[in-house]
Amino acid sequence: MTNSNKKFHGFHLTQRTNNILSRTFSYLGLVLLSLIWIIPILWIVLSAFRTEVNSDGDLIGIVVSNYFPTQLGFDNFINLFTNSFYGVKYAFPMWMLNTLIIAVVDCIVSTFLVLSVAYCMSKLRFKLRKAFMNITMILGLFPGFMSMIAVYFLLKSIGLAGNTAETAYLNIIGLILAYSAGAGMGFQIAKGFFDVLPTSLVESAKLDGCSNFKIFLKIILPMSKPIIIYTALMSFTGPWMDFIFAKVIIGDGAPECWTVSVGLYSLLFGAQSDANFFTQFAAGCVCIGIPIVALFMFLQKYYVEGVTAGAVKG
Amino acid sequence: MTDVKNPAPQDGAEKGNVFLRVLKAIGRFFKNIGKSIGSFFARLGLKIGRAFKKFGQTFIDGSVGTKMSYFICGAGNFYHKQIVKGILFLVLQVAFVLFMVLCPEINNTPYGWKALQNLALKGSPTTYFDPLTLEKVYKDDSKLFLLFGLVTITAIILYIFIWIANIKSSYKSDQDVKAGRKPSTFKEDCANLLDGRFHILMLTPTCVATLIFTVIPTVFMICMAFTTYNDFDMNAASDLYYKNLFHWNGIINFTDIFEGNTTLGSEIGARFLPVLGWTMIWAIFATFTCYFGGILLAILINKKGIRFKKVFRTIFILTIAIPQFVSLLAMRNLLSGQGPVNQILQNLGWIDTAIGFLGNNTTGDNPYVAKVMVIVINMWLGIPYTMLMTSGILMNIPTDLYEAARVDGAGKMKMLFKITFPYIIFVTTPYLISSFVGNINSFNTIFLLTGGGPSVTGGTYVAGETDLLVTWLYKLTIDNGEYNTGAVIGIFTFLITATITLITYRRSKAYKEEDTFQ
Repeated sequence: MTNSNKKFHGFHLTQRTNNILSRTFSYLGLVLLSLIWIIPILWIVLSAFRTEVNSDGDLIGIVVSNYFPTQLGFDNFINLFTNSFYGVKYAFPMWMLNTLIIAVVDCIVSTFLVLSVAYCMSKLRFKLRKAFMNITMILGLFPGFMSMIAVYFLLKSIGLAGNTAETAYLNIIGLILAYSAGAGMGFQIAKGFFDVLPTSLVESAKLDGCSNFKIFLKIILPMSKPIIIYTALMSFTGPWMDFIFAKVIIGDGAPECWTVSVGLYSLLFGAQSDANFFTQFAAGCVCIGIPIVALFMFLQKYYVEGVTAGAVKG
Repeated sequence: MTDVKNPAPQDGAEKGNVFLRVLKAIGRFFKNIGKSIGSFFARLGLKIGRAFKKFGQTFIDGSVGTKMSYFICGAGNFYHKQIVKGILFLVLQVAFVLFMVLCPEINNTPYGWKALQNLALKGSPTTYFDPLTLEKVYKDDSKLFLLFGLVTITAIILYIFIWIANIKSSYKSDQDVKAGRKPSTFKEDCANLLDGRFHILMLTPTCVATLIFTVIPTVFMICMAFTTYNDFDMNAASDLYYKNLFHWNGIINFTDIFEGNTTLGSEIGARFLPVLGWTMIWAIFATFTCYFGGILLAILINKKGIRFKKVFRTIFILTIAIPQFVSLLAMRNLLSGQGPVNQILQNLGWIDTAIGFLGNNTTGDNPYVAKVMVIVINMWLGIPYTMLMTSGILMNIPTDLYEAARVDGAGKMKMLFKITFPYIIFVTTPYLISSFVGNINSFNTIFLLTGGGPSVTGGTYVAGETDLLVTWLYKLTIDNGEYNTGAVIGIFTFLITATITLITYRRSKAYKEEDTFQ
């Protein structure tokens, strides 16, 4: 360290030029990094709007002849929404709708479960509290993928997985169950948030004869807007982002019950995949990406708050 | 949690025997585990003994109603005129008895006592013709035998809880009467559920859901490791094995991996250590590159005098908000043999043939390129998250720490390594541990980027060069139908993550002071 200090003194740089230099480098670095981060996204968005066709008049997937699109348009989006995939008409809108239904229900159920468990763990003291926390920790250490297969068998045995087109809704119920059932175990971040809320408030309310239920409803919940929004955001976006869980649980069901991620993946790698689907895949990505990104941007403040709480509480 | 207590000195003298210290620590760890397991069982034994004694005592002390409630749930409550509660207990008991005796069937597979019998997994290859599909159907299905057996065991455990609650409730009423109070009414019990026993109301949904969707499936998969369940045997339909039928197999699946008696065992045994090694390397690099990269990026963005902080931050948040499978598949296509990156490099004349960046083009791809690429792409995914997380913590570092350091003549680098990093690491240890475990089990990144490639020659079951234990588990179960061996790999993965977590987490301050930090 001392060596490098001497070196800097040797340059006789004034504080001011030093600052300007370091700031310029910082800007340069940031712009460069931003480019690295934004280019793949830009590429996907651009691909979604490319409409070059081959000699048969079909849309070309990955165009190798030129990096920059020569034709732009909405053809991919129109195709995606009106064409049939895997023999199902309007497959993509159906996948979107399935995912939306799953996301909404999962959001409500999961938020309720997470908040109730987190409140109990944070503000109530009872026998088996520590045991409960240790058990959830140990269960979380098993590869989630391992129990996924068993969940599939379980759901299949009661007819909630691997369904045909007519009973696709049962599959969706199965997936909702599978997603929200595990939600309560992810209480740590919300617990971290509740831990920081002053316990004195709870105690004084107790002295006034408030029941635990009333304290939760009237005192804790109104103070917990950030964590409620964070939890809801996470559980709402979960089904849109998840791929493998949905694939295992509904992958062998009829295409009518797929979620959007399973559907889009199958465009590129499924039984009836086609390299020329790539631009339509990109269009699908844009379709689900835009609402989720907008949601994130809109709720950025709460998201950052939740992430910061998660840092300390793991 | 407000200041850093003397960041541990990391001088050359101590670095020399770090290896020895780690070994010693591991030794101590296992000694401690042995000790704590011993004391755990001793305490458990004592507790069970005391519980039995208390139950005998309750039977002797209790009123006629309490004595009755040992046999008929709710009897004690009826005795104390708590009619609604009594009916509830009685209905639960009747339902349980009916469940056990009548053995309701789903898919030709019974629950109840028959399910317990079926746990022996001795199904017979009887078939019948499905009148709807006109296909031969096997009546017995060992998968369902095992699953329903576990569900029945869970039901029995739940019933025991209800039975105990029933006795306790009756005994409590006895004592209320003895003390001259009136036994609580149903209304009071409900009110109590909202106050003193609020946690029961709040935790029951999660407990039930976790039991059904996490505990039973996990136990099911653990059992799987001790059976003969794989597609190969089941399709062979020899005398021993029929489709849908498998049997208990002892620990043969485990020993086979080490001894290599079968093709499967030897192929897996040969690849197990390399895959484990790569999994650990991956987890270490993936965790720490994202972690320190994120901290540096946060420092860069939050630097004094940098404008457009929000714009830069938003750009990086963008990658978090985009569904991971989208960005991963985008990367996969961007870097594929036909993808733009290879095209540009070829057009520039820098390379002659396409590089298999992600090892999914040809079998001859360089494994090291693929390994480095997955780690780099993982940085692309993970750095923004750590950046966001640490930005908040950076602001909280007391500025007087830096002031003092400046007065002492510390340079910027020195401050970074002696103040910023130690502070952030101190605060975020739990996150580091959980993200390390998360990376060991990071399925999406590997599966969607390389699919485990470049592939390795040497058999059907061998894992690819970039396969982690979890993706290998996927291949073994979903692609090869080797459910039992997949479960063995899963159990090994659990043992590894559990050891790491126990060593680090139980020593961390956040765990020890979980209660006090409020």
